[in-house]
Amino acid sequence: MYRVIRIVRRRLLQMIPVVLGIVVFNFALLHLAPGDAVDVMAGEAGASNAEYVAQLRQQYGLDKPLPVQLGNYLWHVVQLDLGYSYRHNRPVLGLILERLPATLSLMLTALSLSILLGVGLGVLAAWRVRTATDTVISIFALLSYATPTFWIGLMFILLFGVTLGWLPTTGMESVGAGYKGLDRVVDIGRHMLLPAVTLALFYMAIYTRLMRASMLEVYGLDYVRTAQAKGLAGGKIAFKHVLRNALLPVVTVAGLQVGSLLGGSVLVETVFGWPGLGRLAYDAVFQRDFNTLLGILLLCSIVVVLANLVVDMLYAVLDPRIEYQ
Amino acid sequence: MHTHLTRRATIAGLALSTFASSMARAEPVKGGVLNVALFPEPPMAVSAFNSSTYVGLISTKIFDGLVTYTYEMKPEPLLATSWEIAPDGLTYTFKLRPNVKWHDGKPFTSADVKYSLEKVWSKMHPRGRTTYQNVTSVETPDDLTIVLKLSKPTPILMKSLSSYESQVIPKHIFDDGTDLAKHPGMNAPIGTGPFVFKEWKKGEYILMERNPNYWDQPKPYLDKIVWKIIPDAAARAAALETGEADFTAFSAVSISDIKRLASLPKLAAETRGYEYLAPLFLLELNNRNEYLSKVEVRQAISHAIDRKFLIDNVWEGYGTALTGPIPPTNVEYYTKDVPDTVSYDPKKAAELLDKAGYKVGAGGKRFKLRLEVVAVSDTMAPSGEYIKQALGKVGIDVELRNIDLGGFIKRVYSDYDFDMTMNVIYAMPDPTIGVQRLYWSKNIKQGVPFANVSGYSNPDMDKALEGAQTENDPAKRKAMFVEMQKIAARDVPLTDLFYIKYVTLHNKRVMDHTTGAEGTYANFAKVYLAK
Repeated sequence: MYRVIRIVRRRLLQMIPVVLGIVVFNFALLHLAPGDAVDVMAGEAGASNAEYVAQLRQQYGLDKPLPVQLGNYLWHVVQLDLGYSYRHNRPVLGLILERLPATLSLMLTALSLSILLGVGLGVLAAWRVRTATDTVISIFALLSYATPTFWIGLMFILLFGVTLGWLPTTGMESVGAGYKGLDRVVDIGRHMLLPAVTLALFYMAIYTRLMRASMLEVYGLDYVRTAQAKGLAGGKIAFKHVLRNALLPVVTVAGLQVGSLLGGSVLVETVFGWPGLGRLAYDAVFQRDFNTLLGILLLCSIVVVLANLVVDMLYAVLDPRIEYQ
Repeated sequence: MHTHLTRRATIAGLALSTFASSMARAEPVKGGVLNVALFPEPPMAVSAFNSSTYVGLISTKIFDGLVTYTYEMKPEPLLATSWEIAPDGLTYTFKLRPNVKWHDGKPFTSADVKYSLEKVWSKMHPRGRTTYQNVTSVETPDDLTIVLKLSKPTPILMKSLSSYESQVIPKHIFDDGTDLAKHPGMNAPIGTGPFVFKEWKKGEYILMERNPNYWDQPKPYLDKIVWKIIPDAAARAAALETGEADFTAFSAVSISDIKRLASLPKLAAETRGYEYLAPLFLLELNNRNEYLSKVEVRQAISHAIDRKFLIDNVWEGYGTALTGPIPPTNVEYYTKDVPDTVSYDPKKAAELLDKAGYKVGAGGKRFKLRLEVVAVSDTMAPSGEYIKQALGKVGIDVELRNIDLGGFIKRVYSDYDFDMTMNVIYAMPDPTIGVQRLYWSKNIKQGVPFANVSGYSNPDMDKALEGAQTENDPAKRKAMFVEMQKIAARDVPLTDLFYIKYVTLHNKRVMDHTTGAEGTYANFAKVYLAK
């Protein structure tokens, strides 16, 4: 146990330079794009004059040389201050925290849905390999994987929203309806169903294919043959002996998915008007709202690094042969 | 017999017209929620600081200006009940509406107008800086009177007092010493308008509620306005179909969807109400370019483009071809009596190019130009494709360069790194406000968006434009603008293509949303939902 704590502490310390490096890299990368926030705002305003532009640049601190801007930014980040978004007229941290619940609820729902369905279908397909069940599952997975997410989303909207009228097509809840307690949860759930399923379908397909392949591989190993030889039932072999070992690649991919959690899915958020972080980041790119973008990227990089750590730890739990020094 | 019949017909006609108008003028109904599909999300909620389109849409419901405008651009009372302009055009006296309260209960007074004009309109607004530059003093003899003294006549002033262009903001909120750029009042605005700002969930919705103390009772009729942020055009169309949204402005769905949606039984389309902004689709030319510096080449480009084809096929008919720099919607100053450089005539275009000395070379090409295509709407790219083909037919090879808004502003306006660029420009109700900036040599300002980016400079043009800035006599002023239109049509420093007919798509139960030139920039006090 003590060893685990030491490893985690060492890994956490290693994170700091990595994350700072990412900040500097992002800063440099973003400033390669032509134009700044003032260009965009003046462009959107549809009118301009020289004093107006100069005054905005000065207010936003964009008139300073880039290294000075970077220095200022890093100094603030070290003090855990993500800066101010002049685009939105509020601090970046507040902006992100406001969007975080929407993103997390959608992504966690989609993640759970995709893992449960994906692992389930994958196990089933491997268990019934080369039967009709396997074929149907594989085709379903292939279709879900190959169809563009936004298109599935739009088709869902057309079918369940416009034609059938069962589910709302946009937003996160009914505005001004004044739902409280359970009613509100149900309302949000109804809004979340379509985007969550749309998003889950893609990852589900990956987990299904991964799980199936991985199960089949493990089935071919000697110890499974031994288990079969000593007369264990098929179900018992599948779940007790094969599944656990076959889960490793799924955990790896799930870790990657968690890493992209905060970024969310820009396309799904856009199609369904879901007020998440992915869209905030996406809009920030076009608005050259670099403080907001850097803030989100910083947060994402921290999540990615943490997710990697958790996945590494999980390996050791799932497979006792893996040890850390 | 004859007279009798006529009389009967007249009476019948009268009865019928009374009946018809009583149908249209049904008694407004109180109550209900108006759901508007909105995108992009505005960065803040006060147009006095940010003149972008979508800030204008929301903020005009919360804040009022001094006046509002009819379709003919005639000012009508809003926060000002009457006004007087001295014959020399140098003194403006406004009487303000009594007993108007800000949403927080504080009284509205002349001090608020003085603060708005002196500290915000003339300092923070991109157009206001020019509009109010001649104002030498703002006097407030009492709480409900405001007197402006000017150093020169400013004919555009009375056209710039709308709720969008010059909205009155509360002195007691903004004049508190906080840095205006970070002022919380930008996101939680307090105005005098018919709707009170309630809540803004970024990325999701903006909620406004009826102002129960609005001065113009029983207006406003609506209980609430919900501005839903719906980023995807197809999703906005779906929301209109399902009834989750009742209203969209500025052609908010894909242009190929407009006709289909408008033909649905419960939806309708309105193209009026954009006259105040007067949006124009232009092809701007970099006159510094070797080829484009020749007037024959510029005229040839104008003749080579079939405006009607572009409007009908790319813009689904939502446009009116231009004949010069001032759109026909500007009834006061527009003239069609200008040299014709806009008729579609590829043969003449080829002749002009020959005359300029650019004969057809290898592969049927004379020379090559780049065209900037900025990704701001789904009509830009196909418009660029069309222009490439049209100019290709007369031997001008066009390279399309796609770019987003931020990069576009930098490349075109800061770096002058372009040959031709398509652009949407608001002509605004007066040429001095919206059109002059493209043709005036003193507005050749590198790094300033929407300045005279062509680099066009002509002393005669400058004389006409500068004269009109301070000419108090309407007839003389009109003559200057006629002269200006003639010079522009002859020199073609940029190619005027067409007036964009933006579409307001709405549920048929939404009534009285467009009643003047300001259209959806009006304050929506009159809007009601029919039963």
